[in-house]
Amino acid sequence: MLDLSQYQSLGEALRDALERWSDHICLIEANRDRENCRLTYREFKAAALRLARGLQDLGVGPDTRVAIIMTNQSKWLISAYAVFYRGGVLVPLDYKLSSQEHLELLTHSRSTVLIIEYPFWRALTRVDGFTDLTVRTVLVTEAPADVDLRGAQRWETCQGEEQPQFVSRRRQDTACIVYSSGTGGRPKGCVLTHENYLEQCIALTAIYPFWPGVRYLSILPTNHAIDFMVGFIGPFVCGAAVVHLRTLRPEYIRDAFPRYKITHMSLVPLVLKNLERGLRERFAQLPAYRRAILHGLMRLNRFLTRKEPNLALSRRLFPQIHRAFGGELRMLIVGGAFTEPATLQFFYDLGIPVANGYGLTEACTAVTVNDLKPFRADTVGKPLPGIEVNIVDPDADGIGEIAVRGKTVMSHYLDDPELTRETIVDGWLMTGDLGRIDEMGHLHLVGRKKNMIVTEGGKNIYPEDIERTFEGLPVKEYCIFAANYIWPQRSLEGDRLVIVVHLEPGQAFTEELRDELVARNRRLPDFKRVGGYLVWEEDFPRTASLKIKRTVLAEHIRQQCDRTAMVTL
Amino acid sequence: MRSQQQIIDDILNLAAAHFNVPRDELSPDDDFFEKLGIDSLQALELLTRLEHHFHIELPDYELQGVSSFRALAERIWARL
Repeated sequence: MLDLSQYQSLGEALRDALERWSDHICLIEANRDRENCRLTYREFKAAALRLARGLQDLGVGPDTRVAIIMTNQSKWLISAYAVFYRGGVLVPLDYKLSSQEHLELLTHSRSTVLIIEYPFWRALTRVDGFTDLTVRTVLVTEAPADVDLRGAQRWETCQGEEQPQFVSRRRQDTACIVYSSGTGGRPKGCVLTHENYLEQCIALTAIYPFWPGVRYLSILPTNHAIDFMVGFIGPFVCGAAVVHLRTLRPEYIRDAFPRYKITHMSLVPLVLKNLERGLRERFAQLPAYRRAILHGLMRLNRFLTRKEPNLALSRRLFPQIHRAFGGELRMLIVGGAFTEPATLQFFYDLGIPVANGYGLTEACTAVTVNDLKPFRADTVGKPLPGIEVNIVDPDADGIGEIAVRGKTVMSHYLDDPELTRETIVDGWLMTGDLGRIDEMGHLHLVGRKKNMIVTEGGKNIYPEDIERTFEGLPVKEYCIFAANYIWPQRSLEGDRLVIVVHLEPGQAFTEELRDELVARNRRLPDFKRVGGYLVWEEDFPRTASLKIKRTVLAEHIRQQCDRTAMVTL
Repeated sequence: MRSQQQIIDDILNLAAAHFNVPRDELSPDDDFFEKLGIDSLQALELLTRLEHHFHIELPDYELQGVSSFRALAERIWARL
């Protein structure tokens, strides 16, 4: 791989990577069972520089903020490199946010250029407030031939006249602004520097190296911190190939392993559990004697690989299973949310190591990872090289808030010095997560101090971001919490949101009110929904400016009732 | 050309068969995540079945913001 310590910026490193491995395959894009395109590093470079020419003509230069709203596809990476080539700042937005949220984050980030897939652009042009959009240039990909683009240009034909000039950046310059929470509350735009990314890549590849010949399957959208690092920067600076699959459908993910001889893949617990379910269903159909043999082999594999994985051995023990995964799979990388140890162990016992870890956007992806020597299903691994992890104010069991220090910690939150001061204290990033470090140096995540949940799909859900869905609910007042915030527990399992409602004097909690709650809840995407409600009989404590004092309210509730008072919605 | 009602009926039949639930327990305005007890990936599996049945292609993002069988039928109707 490239020696990233020698580079100042992502653009510089990527530029050299495209030269160094010019004849290697760098990118394959597939949709279902069709292959859309296959590019060598040379062809990728040609496509990206064509766009960089166009961006140059459009005035994109140092620090121009360029937002991207796209699904998982090749144009995402081509666009990102073109932006870095011109010294711009990337603002990757989650395409799964609503158009209203897109509009708000485009405004908050003060992006002046937007690169967006047509369906999301069409939706954005239909939201209230579209005319307030401050973006001055919009490039739309894959738009049908005869549609009105409402002032946008086509990405495919954006190519300028002059040769693009490469714009150098320094390590401390901003590379990306990545939102770690949505819009309803306080947008958290993490300002990440080129140094953050370069150091993160150095640290990660020291544990999990890539090389030419690696085939990385990318199913997570590249705005996701894991995919940006492990499915773009990491493979590119090592000369590896990325296979983009433009669907999350389990059947096509399963097909992609043998079709593209996948060696590595990142995924979130939701997808991992889906793969597990598929395998378990197949195992359940085996005759009893074959099931018994399989379980015996799994125990044997666990014993023989107790010190470290042995792929050659495991592939001999489970030839059919490894053939189904293409025969080349070396590792699955799981992150974004808590993964059940039983799931990790299940795959490890089949000879498919799952590297789990812990990280957050504010620390530029990963903080700890499991180095698999030996495999541990019960921890999130050890700190990456160059990253310090400290447990603040540990209790008698050694549990306290996890703090992180190192060159991967973000610069600040965009336009929010107060939140930055609360979050980065004396150079330590206060994560809001609770954990302990064991005698082997492994970090155990045991809970959360902050008022939020993380879904199995790797999404951070902050109560403030979804409260507006309940605006107009016919009650005196309401407030949403993570249940584990009100009633802390030493587990990250089963976390859910709870809406606390305070009724008007004399008002009863009727069936109609419950139906109204359910109906509003259903307007939210399934992963953002509230899991239960609690009727509270006191006025909410409020600040002088009438904001709810959430911490105080949570404490009052905790003192007066336990978790069983919550009713499932 | 199928009517919207026919599309809804076909969806309910396919969902009942795929997720092994009695057909008469499903109705058009049900939230399929809740009613079938499925996650978003399983909903995508259903989408694939529907694509094969209706001979259309629905990108994953078509499922965004859709949680009732009726809304799903509308998305399919728009593609037929």
